[in-house]
Amino acid sequence: MLLIRCPYCEEELPELEFRNAGEAHVVRSSHLADVSDQDFEEFFFIRTNPKGIIYERWRHIHGCARFFNAVRDTVSDKFLMTYKAGEPKPLLVSEPAKTAPAKPKAAAKPRSRKGDA
Amino acid sequence: MRKYSAFAIAREAMRGHKGWEQQWRSPEPKASYDVIIVGAGGHGLATAYYLAKEHGITNVAVLDKGWLGGGNTGRNTTIIRSNYLYDESAGIYDHALKLWDGLSQDLNYNVMYSPRGVMMLAHNVHDVQVLKRHVHANRLNGIDNEWLTPEEAKEFCPPLNISRNARYPVVGATLQRRGGTARHDAVAWGYARGADARGVDIIQNCEVTGIRRSPEGHVLGVETSRGFIGAKKVGVVAAGHTSVLMEMAGVRMPLESYPLQALVSEPIKPIFPCVVMSNTVHAYISQSDKGELVIGAGTDQYTSYSQTGGLHIINHTLDAICEMFPIFTRMKMLRSWGGIVDVTPDRSPILAKTPVKGLYVNCGWGTGGFKATPGSGNVFAHTIARDEPHPINAPFTLERFRTGRLIDEAAAAAVAH
Repeated sequence: MLLIRCPYCEEELPELEFRNAGEAHVVRSSHLADVSDQDFEEFFFIRTNPKGIIYERWRHIHGCARFFNAVRDTVSDKFLMTYKAGEPKPLLVSEPAKTAPAKPKAAAKPRSRKGDA
Repeated sequence: MRKYSAFAIAREAMRGHKGWEQQWRSPEPKASYDVIIVGAGGHGLATAYYLAKEHGITNVAVLDKGWLGGGNTGRNTTIIRSNYLYDESAGIYDHALKLWDGLSQDLNYNVMYSPRGVMMLAHNVHDVQVLKRHVHANRLNGIDNEWLTPEEAKEFCPPLNISRNARYPVVGATLQRRGGTARHDAVAWGYARGADARGVDIIQNCEVTGIRRSPEGHVLGVETSRGFIGAKKVGVVAAGHTSVLMEMAGVRMPLESYPLQALVSEPIKPIFPCVVMSNTVHAYISQSDKGELVIGAGTDQYTSYSQTGGLHIINHTLDAICEMFPIFTRMKMLRSWGGIVDVTPDRSPILAKTPVKGLYVNCGWGTGGFKATPGSGNVFAHTIARDEPHPINAPFTLERFRTGRLIDEAAAAAVAH
């Protein structure tokens, strides 16, 4: 189970208190009815799905109930940082997974096991 | 390829089993191929097999960054069924089910397909309505699926708790008798052996790091950890890593990759005669021929490539299993693992041409791709060989997310996703 730092509550809490809300910084058009099919597809269905650093939304659903953003490595599942909704996308150094995180992070990676059944 | 038979076993028994051959070669990659399949899982190997068998295209390589059948093919819970709601899904999954029946003979390899029946439980009024709708839709598509009362369900699956006081009372169930299980590794091995015998090169430990294209955009081949390999056509069949590979050709995908976990118990004597799935409490269970209870859990809520998931996800599933089958409360679990599944917005797969000439993609099988392995490979081979989709996979385009012609099994909820 992940440990996640809510930037509003300023506390590191178990994943059970949170709901993942998908990729962050996907901008919704203010005139959605006017966008082309291609732009709508891009906004609604297409996802970066990166292997590595992801910017994603979380909601502290069983706490303050507020949305916030997180930067996480999808290979190690380690959080690099979390930040409040509306704040600009943080610029990270080129190899963030290998450098020390700039802000408080959470890391709870279950042991890797493989099976063949 | 030397044929397997009862006679061969007897002959080898007399000779101390020294005459068995390697099931497939480990060739060095050639400079170029007619077709390269990226991903040596069940779907990729089946594609290569049917390319060679049905379309006469044998100058084919199947590349894998690890070992064949080492991804989701070796990590799933081996459930086979075709009782999906929509016509398009029924078409492709039943095409697969018909191929499962007879696959062992076709491959001369025992894939241990066991049509032991797949039962899906209803726990409330909504479940009853949804599952009965499935029964009727399936009947119209010529797919067997029947409604059972709780007593009939108990008769078919004796360990089931149908007490009205149960936490998740069983108020009915559907049963697809042709559904069941198969031995997942044998499926990959059987297809690998069959494809290899027809001249297909299976190249393991060969990671694709780039897709090279001509200035006009046509695919020229793939960059790999073992050098450049040319190809006129490239088929990406890489499950959880599809987004990563397609990005190499500049195609952004409507996919997200999630961890999905499964676990097995210690082996016990035969007790569980069928497959039982419960959508509402999210659990599915069967017993392998080794005797282990094979239990599938849900996905984690976040995207990941870690091939591990949260312990609370497994716990949640085991809670439900113990409620429905109190007899298993004292079982010990032997091991658990995770795989990375690529999920589309409508929970239906994509088997299609792409905007890049010569590039084809077979992905988006999400949490339930194993059952479709033969059908998927069969129609995807057709798509690559003819450069146009088979009528069965024609609806499963990449463009449907632009046109809106979704195949919305997510809302239809044939199974917990």
